[in-house]
Amino acid sequence: MLLRHTTALEIDRKALTINPAKTCQPVGAMYAALGIHGCLPHSHGSQGCCAYHRSALSRHFKEPIMAATSSFSEGSSVFGGSANLIQAIETIFTVYKPDVIAVHTTCLSETIGDDLNQIVSKAYEDGLVPEGKQVIYCNTPSYVGTHVTGYSNQVAAMVKFFSTATPKKKNVINMVAGWMEPSDMREIKRLASVMEARTIMFPDMTGVLDTPLDGHYKMFPDGGATISDLRATGDSKFTLGLGQYTTEDACIKLENKCKVKFEVLDIPIGLKATDRFLMSLSRHANVPIPDSLNDERGRLIDMVADNAKYLYGKRVALWGDPDTLIPLTEFLVSLDMRPVYIVSGTPGKPFTERMKEILKDIPEAKYMCGDTADMFRMHQWIKQKGVDLLIGNTYGKYIARDEDTPFVRFGFPIADRPGHNFFAKTGYVGATNLVIQFLNTFMDHQDRTCPEEKVEWQM
Amino acid sequence: MDKDIKKEIDLGQFKEEVLAAYPKKVAKKRAKSIVLNDPDAIPQVQANVRTIPGIITQRGCTYAGCKGVVLGPTRDIVNITHGPIGCGFYSWLTRRNQTRPNSPEEENFIPYAFSTDMQDSNIVFGGEEKLKQAIREAYELFHPRGIAIFSTCPVGLIGDDVHRVARQMKEELPGVNIFGFSCEGYRGVSQSAGHHIANNGLFQNLIGRNDTVKGKYKFRVNVLGEYNIGGDAFVIEDLFDKCGIELVSTMSGNSTLEKFETAHTADLSLVMCHRSINYVAEMLETAYGIPWMKSNFIGAEATAKSLRKVGQYFGDQKLIDRIEKVIKEEMIAVKAAADHALPKTKDKLAMLFVGGSRAHHYQELFTELGMRTISAGYEFGHRDDYEGRRVIPTIQIDADSRNIQEITVTKDPTRYAPRKTEEQLNKLEAEGLQFNKYEGLMKDMEKGTLVIDDLSHYEMEKLIELYHPDIFCAGIKEKYVVQKMGIPLKQLHNYDSGGPYAGFEGAVNFYKDIEMIACCSIFKQMKAPWEIEESVEAEYVFN
Repeated sequence: MLLRHTTALEIDRKALTINPAKTCQPVGAMYAALGIHGCLPHSHGSQGCCAYHRSALSRHFKEPIMAATSSFSEGSSVFGGSANLIQAIETIFTVYKPDVIAVHTTCLSETIGDDLNQIVSKAYEDGLVPEGKQVIYCNTPSYVGTHVTGYSNQVAAMVKFFSTATPKKKNVINMVAGWMEPSDMREIKRLASVMEARTIMFPDMTGVLDTPLDGHYKMFPDGGATISDLRATGDSKFTLGLGQYTTEDACIKLENKCKVKFEVLDIPIGLKATDRFLMSLSRHANVPIPDSLNDERGRLIDMVADNAKYLYGKRVALWGDPDTLIPLTEFLVSLDMRPVYIVSGTPGKPFTERMKEILKDIPEAKYMCGDTADMFRMHQWIKQKGVDLLIGNTYGKYIARDEDTPFVRFGFPIADRPGHNFFAKTGYVGATNLVIQFLNTFMDHQDRTCPEEKVEWQM
Repeated sequence: MDKDIKKEIDLGQFKEEVLAAYPKKVAKKRAKSIVLNDPDAIPQVQANVRTIPGIITQRGCTYAGCKGVVLGPTRDIVNITHGPIGCGFYSWLTRRNQTRPNSPEEENFIPYAFSTDMQDSNIVFGGEEKLKQAIREAYELFHPRGIAIFSTCPVGLIGDDVHRVARQMKEELPGVNIFGFSCEGYRGVSQSAGHHIANNGLFQNLIGRNDTVKGKYKFRVNVLGEYNIGGDAFVIEDLFDKCGIELVSTMSGNSTLEKFETAHTADLSLVMCHRSINYVAEMLETAYGIPWMKSNFIGAEATAKSLRKVGQYFGDQKLIDRIEKVIKEEMIAVKAAADHALPKTKDKLAMLFVGGSRAHHYQELFTELGMRTISAGYEFGHRDDYEGRRVIPTIQIDADSRNIQEITVTKDPTRYAPRKTEEQLNKLEAEGLQFNKYEGLMKDMEKGTLVIDDLSHYEMEKLIELYHPDIFCAGIKEKYVVQKMGIPLKQLHNYDSGGPYAGFEGAVNFYKDIEMIACCSIFKQMKAPWEIEESVEAEYVFN
């Protein structure tokens, strides 16, 4: 057994996190910053943070992840990292020439209390920021919240530094993308374009973290939300935030700054969340939902109806981030599956409130978020009573193997399978992809483990 | 292979081009880390100095070197990261240290991540109480024999004393060996500081705690600086068993607490990764009288050479014969694999930028494949890893190195026993063995090749643009950058989930993998046919 020390017996744990279902703020800030065209994320702290975050994102996306670091030494930790950041800004604009540097802090620079506003202002005063270029920043102390919080803070910083209201309002809808795959964003943009809605998506990792291999490396790929798009978000007529934890803050800031009203929705994962997204976009962009999307929806319903018996009543354990777990759990319920164990290391009330509502007809469901809501605890629950399916990041493979349980990878990081940045999980097509993955996993498991005389030619 | 490379490829052009792009101060500093090699008159290379802020570096931090590299591979220690969640998360199963418990019951904590998950209140009011509680909970759940604590950046700043906590908890939980490491990420200029801190801790808390002499063979060695990435240590274990050599401890691949505790019962230490473990090798010699030799089990020839050195050291004819027999048997498969790969790999160009030893060791394998390494460098090496240990007395101790504790090791009052007399050592040296010496990477590289320390992203791009290597070796952060340029990248930290690459078996695996890369045809399809086709212009018949 790989996780041989995990037993069903829970103790009252207060201090020790084991096998976390979360990581720290800065990696989220780095990921979000990659969704700005021509942007180099910058980690203000020790080198190790930047190296770890770049590695984590590289392993997941299998794409170049560029970011720089302030390379703190013991001296900078004592006397402050101002000189390091100033020098970094000069070096980066001279050597790597991005349009934007997006600085985020770390637990180190936060603990010593570096004032980014002051340091960055000094860089401007010293003439280290070339004409037309920009340094933006956000605070991402690793000891507050999680990677989800860091993503949210970076997205809010985009509003703070770029969004500008001019007297000329445009018939455009902002779509603030929560933490999802570039493939998921591409699908959402496709849906909007099928509806002929004019939209701006930010951050936008399409064309950044799914680039083609053609022998020419571009340090700043063609994709990403451009600065002019980001500025223009202030003139849009409405904002849709996709994912409460990762986008609500940006939506509020945009309303306060530029008077753009907003609605926060779930990331459109699954049937109902996609329904809500399309209806909201239709209403606010004042465009109809075309028949072709009815057909996409119908094909999903058809697929589920054809295979309902493989899904009905299946017990599922899942872990990850609230913005994806909420619509995903809702989708499982709409497939008549039983999501029984759900954990997220990311704290926050909305998770508990939404899960209570979604899981009201599944009394045996246990869900937990925040401190010690970790994969060890979830595994202990599984030891108490098993499940039919696991859904979560690569760390689930150890549980899947020990418990011989079918496993579908979803979330971050996925380091051991390709495809997540190709095939969307959003929209009806994405939901269909998901159902196919569930079914394939169940059916493969059945084929491999059932008695010989029970092997079915047709399933 | 001993041609003067300079005549064919102008590697000198690189430095000029690269430095021109840097701000003046940066250029001045980087200039000292980029040198053209001359194995006969080894030039000085600047190494183990701070990376300039803003430079995109390969390097990581002290915590990564201590927890991730040196202590990570031991399976029966509960390694608790004291800090916010990130550091523990990123070092969770990401280094491919394989481990093989002897039974289904034996302890194995490697698939687990343990963290105190510090919150803002812990930063404000201190995290020592939470750390103590975490240790209690770890004990209640797992009853481990050993618990180690690793400090992350904020821990040092807020003044949490992990060593005091370790002492107190040791009293509270008798029988459990609890020890801490002050390996805050900012302490050094790279992972290297963490290796040193880990080495000190191993010596102070683990090595020498158990005098039991276990094992079936009388020739007893330690292999230091071998972390069992992809199963390398398994191969070395098997190989030593075949030769009749007792592997007392491997530090720290596939290791347990007991391996460290009994390491002082060996009679020779073999140092693989010089950078990460040379301190322990020295301490074992000073305290217990165990000499060390630099060895290398990467590459078939290098493996044979290292085994022969062991035979020669013990001077036992039976052992020497057994080693020769093993080499002869193993070389059959090695030769077959090399013959198969050579037509595909011969004369190809390689560049290696990894680690503190790998950029040296792996050149052996490329040489065996008929390939030429035209540029190499370390991510966190010191001058001695480049120029040889002879330069150690001349290395300037800067503020960053001074931050790392130097522990004073003296002869163990009862257990110090020189394994060889002065005369015996001198005689062995006269016969070609080298003790406590490492000649470094540059002596083994051709004249005119480029040696670059702490390669930056910009320099990497330039190297590839100017010299189009057939294969580039680095790590995960570089992997997809280089491949977008149409050049295959072989990861030498995690082997691209391949390996083992150590020993004879590993050499065969490596030949196959490099042959595969050389033959990988997808890179030939980067352009669509319509992009290659020359445009055909219409001609009018009446012209």
